[in-house]
Amino acid sequence: MTELANFFHMGGYAWYVWPSMAITFVVLLANVWFSKRQFKSVLRETATRSKALAQKHAQRRSNKTTEQSS
Amino acid sequence: MRCIFQREWSVAMRNPGQWVNPLLFFIVVVTLFPLGVGPSPQTLSTIAPGVLWVSALLAVLLSLGALFDADYSDGTLEQLALSGQSLPVIVLAKVLVHWLLSGMPLLLMSPVLGLLLNLPSQAIPVLMVSLLLGTLSLSLIGAIGAALTVGLNQAGVLLSLLVLPLSVPVLIFGSSAVAAAAGDFAASGQLLALLALLILALSLAPLMASLALRNGVSGGT
Amino acid sequence: MFKWIHRFGSAPFVYRLAGALSPWVGMACLILLCAGIYIGLVVAPSDYEQGESYRIIYVHVPAAILSMFVYVVMAIASAIFLIWRLKLADVVAQASAPIGASFTFLALVTGSLWGKPMWGTWWIWDGRLTSELLLLFLYFGYMALRAAIEQPQSAARAAAVLAVVGVINIPIIHYSVEWWSTLHQPATISKMGESSMHPSMKRPLFMMIFGFQLLYAYVLLIRMRTGILQREARTSWVAQLPEVARD
Repeated sequence: MTELANFFHMGGYAWYVWPSMAITFVVLLANVWFSKRQFKSVLRETATRSKALAQKHAQRRSNKTTEQSS
Repeated sequence: MRCIFQREWSVAMRNPGQWVNPLLFFIVVVTLFPLGVGPSPQTLSTIAPGVLWVSALLAVLLSLGALFDADYSDGTLEQLALSGQSLPVIVLAKVLVHWLLSGMPLLLMSPVLGLLLNLPSQAIPVLMVSLLLGTLSLSLIGAIGAALTVGLNQAGVLLSLLVLPLSVPVLIFGSSAVAAAAGDFAASGQLLALLALLILALSLAPLMASLALRNGVSGGT
Repeated sequence: MFKWIHRFGSAPFVYRLAGALSPWVGMACLILLCAGIYIGLVVAPSDYEQGESYRIIYVHVPAAILSMFVYVVMAIASAIFLIWRLKLADVVAQASAPIGASFTFLALVTGSLWGKPMWGTWWIWDGRLTSELLLLFLYFGYMALRAAIEQPQSAARAAAVLAVVGVINIPIIHYSVEWWSTLHQPATISKMGESSMHPSMKRPLFMMIFGFQLLYAYVLLIRMRTGILQREARTSWVAQLPEVARD
């Protein structure tokens, strides 16, 4: 138990060592998290846009065929 | 080169604000420091090199913001870029004219301001030489920033953000040259460093600025 | 060969390659960082001069090294983009900027947390910290310029010019700042006796540096995929991607 307490105490430098580790952890994690989130949102955007585009194309095509038939 | 120079010169002379404003800015900023720090001659003479240099740096950079704007908005820039003349040479001519109109007056005014800040008189020649070399480099570096931000709204703040970190070496060597001279030390090392920076800026900045300008002019095409 | 690189077709290839590589890179990075921090904090002996506080180097030094490394990568990619107009190089440069800025920020904060017990103040205008601060400004300038120009292609080229100018300036800024700080405080305390580090302390440091590098690679791959998607949103290969076509 004292060993663990010693470890967290960091020879009296706990207030400098642990915040450094914490901020590093936060910054690295934020890098990964934000880039993943951005990727997902761009992917979703692209998917909806390309679907809308495909629909428009299909509509135009069907319009053309109806025009030709009439 | 000469006809570009003459054209720039005659255009610039029509607009006295271009050279009066930076000079006034320089004087006003320097005057603010004793009011902010206190009038003790001792303090003033310690901070004088830094104050003079920082104020000169800001005056040069702020005046550079509009270096290409007038030519950009009336289409002259586009024509110059298409004219087949080398764009770096045009940029260099514009920068030199701009420096003669804004950097040169600062240089001539600096001894007076140095005396106001209680700068030891033996430092004044060094102050002038360092400003001569330094403001030229700053104009060249600033031209890159002005070319990058040409045609943008609120280009001024962005320009400062881009260019201030790049101008740190000039500031360091310039103010330390003056500080050394004020303390009766040799300042030749710092002045040589400033000269080296100037040569580097002379050789690279026109190229980079014209690269940026060509991009700004062609827009997205 | 450049014609081949130029071809639009390389974007889908890179997109898929990045997608295939990224889980492996991420896994390797996680393992390396966990092992490195464990060995660094628990196994490595404490320093006889600085006690336990020296352990901050296991996050400070990798962040500082990477902050410079990322800028150099960004500048090289920008130069490639300017010379050969290779769009993917611009994707790399754009994706690198925020990562590099975050590493620079990290190096500053951990450096300051280390400086407090070493120097007694949170901030000291020491050569290394000051040039790190200026590097952060360079990153901010790059991102601000990019954000300010609406036309994407024009923004890309302007930002590329700025990155190249910045990388020419970095050594000059670094040496002038270093010279300046020795001028004003002749007795600077060197933060670490690099040469005198014991191998058992060095090993976790190298693991952490490599782990940070892998993290950069991992985030870069994800950001590159994002950038490619944004640029090629209207192409048919994107429309045919399974993750896009699927509802």
